[in-house]
Amino acid sequence: MDKFVKLTAIVAPMDRANVDTDAIIPKQFLKSIKRSGFGPNLFDEWRYEDVGQPDADNSGRPLRKDFVLNQPRYQGAKILLTRENFGCGSSREHAPWALKDYGFDVIISPSYADIFFNNSFKNGILPIILDDKTVDELFQEVYASEGYQLTVDLDAQQIIKPNGEAIAFEVDSFRRHCLLHGLDDIGLTLQHQNDIKSYEEKRKQQAPWLFA
Amino acid sequence: MAGKTLYDKLWDAHVVRQEEDGTALIYIDRQLLHEVTSPQAFEGLRLAHRKPWRVETNLATCDHNVPTTELKGGPETIEDPVSRTQVITLGKNAQEFGITEFGMGDPRQGIVHVVGPEEGATLPGMTVVCGDSHTATHGALGALAHGIGTSEVEHVMATQCLIQKKMKNMLIKIDGKLQAGVTPKDVVLAIIGKIGTAGGTGCAMEFGGQVFRDMSVEGRMTVCNMAIEAGARVGLVGVDEKTVEYVKGRPFAPKGEMWDLAVEAWKDLHSDDDAKFDIVVEMDGSTIEPQVSWGTSPEMVLDINGMVPNPDKETDPVKANGIRRALDYMGLKADMPVKDIPVEYVFIGSCTNSRIEDLRAAASVLKGKKISDKVELAIAVPGSGLVKQQAEQEGLDKIFIEAGFEWRNPGCSMCLAMNADRLPAGKHCASTSNRNFEGRQGAGGRTHLVSPEMAAAAAVAGHFVDVRDYL
Ligand code: SF4
Repeated sequence: MDKFVKLTAIVAPMDRANVDTDAIIPKQFLKSIKRSGFGPNLFDEWRYEDVGQPDADNSGRPLRKDFVLNQPRYQGAKILLTRENFGCGSSREHAPWALKDYGFDVIISPSYADIFFNNSFKNGILPIILDDKTVDELFQEVYASEGYQLTVDLDAQQIIKPNGEAIAFEVDSFRRHCLLHGLDDIGLTLQHQNDIKSYEEKRKQQAPWLFA
Repeated sequence: MAGKTLYDKLWDAHVVRQEEDGTALIYIDRQLLHEVTSPQAFEGLRLAHRKPWRVETNLATCDHNVPTTELKGGPETIEDPVSRTQVITLGKNAQEFGITEFGMGDPRQGIVHVVGPEEGATLPGMTVVCGDSHTATHGALGALAHGIGTSEVEHVMATQCLIQKKMKNMLIKIDGKLQAGVTPKDVVLAIIGKIGTAGGTGCAMEFGGQVFRDMSVEGRMTVCNMAIEAGARVGLVGVDEKTVEYVKGRPFAPKGEMWDLAVEAWKDLHSDDDAKFDIVVEMDGSTIEPQVSWGTSPEMVLDINGMVPNPDKETDPVKANGIRRALDYMGLKADMPVKDIPVEYVFIGSCTNSRIEDLRAAASVLKGKKISDKVELAIAVPGSGLVKQQAEQEGLDKIFIEAGFEWRNPGCSMCLAMNADRLPAGKHCASTSNRNFEGRQGAGGRTHLVSPEMAAAAAVAGHFVDVRDYL
């Protein structure tokens, strides 16, 4: 998993509540044998005029001009600002895969669906919870100034606004540790590689045929 | 100090480290891979720039999606695009990561749980994993074998370890002698009928007693295969001379001096006499009758001479409802004799019953007979290319074909109908597979789980019969 320490990036405002995982990545893309490459189909139905198909080329598809991610001012956004209960619906891990593949490293919302919240951390995305009022203010500021950027500092657990004002946020200390060091389950197990290697040495003595 | 169970011994020998809450890292000696549950795992490794920890411990084959009719060529000739992509992807991944793969057309290709033991790739005392719940099969060799999910497939490839908590010890003890015509499949169906599909949840299920000592190693595989249908992720049988004899000389088995060392170590792979089990279930082998499942869960199983249950006689309303729904789906009437259930399709195959002994057993019933004209399709699907070769050397293919069966190429086939072999809606199938869930063999299909002998006898009669009348 990629490390996440600190980031300064453009913020894309998705002014909706209850964005479900079928909207994030529609079901026809679940047949894929991959977990990368979902980025072009993120929010497929909202983003394009036509219906997307797995493994099809998306470059020539007609875009819905009014959709937030299609607007020039939000190109290159890595922070998604959204409303409550983001990621509800089916448990598909394809949803964080698609968000990450598109380029989002941070989501800011008043609340998330449980499974999505966990899946996000597992895939190197930081989902930040802020109260409704703060989220409201951020929406207003993003709309008011083109090129609006936030700095997200996980180590310090704060968001820094363009005017220098800091907003503190909470994050589970274990999750924070994993993100800061780029550790997923595999990464965590690999922290014990010396144990694995010494097990192997010992086992080689007892059962050499398993290592022949 | 009390003795150890086989599971205790296997577990202890594989703990790399253990946390205070009991979560442990368990070292994995062998991972088997197939095309359905591996692609995202390989993808994960690629994205994280990781390499398999010990690449040589992985072995891949394609089985779920391969056609069983005459091959027109390699994976690119598979008609269904999703199936084709999965099989092709496995080949590419195996090549990229340097993993041995038995691909389509390779005589060693076959159902992953048939191939592992056949190649000697799963050995006594090993820990074995595969992204497939029927990995319990390999426990028949005295191996600790877990079915795992795709993220765990990736985890094992990358770290050679699985994160696990220790399960409970359960013993199914069956003494006595089986009647002629009663097979390992009947034994395991009878166990599931007794303890239910959740009977072994959270347990490693060891099978002990005279019945299993007398049983062949392939028969033990049939039993362990269905431990998962009794709720247990792990099935086990202790190692004895039969196990050692079975493994000897297989391609991946140790040779020479290593062989002698291994055999010496394997002698300890059984539960100690004073071992303590958390749960013990005892049955009398001599009373087990040939079994037929009538409903839509493997625990809905009856003796061949039994009657289909009547929901009105069931006092538990939840159970009564379950019976009603199953009767409706299966198109059966309450209180009807099992022997009156018609058989329109016959499937001999799957990781439960597609080994050489299974084919021999079915052929012995079919020899010199013809299948009923009520049977619309009967197929025999060997578990691997090598099983198929062996069967053909023994002339079993001729017996099947002369009786009216189609003789197919190896694969999972109509066990779950991911390839083109499907059971049509409304048709009753005598099937040697392991799951009779709604739609498992094809949407609307009606599966009856039986032994290979019982399937063959049903094919001849056009309805279920007691195979003992055919011996
Ligand atoms: S034969 Fe059936 S149960 Fe066995 S691995 Fe194939 S699909 Fe699964």
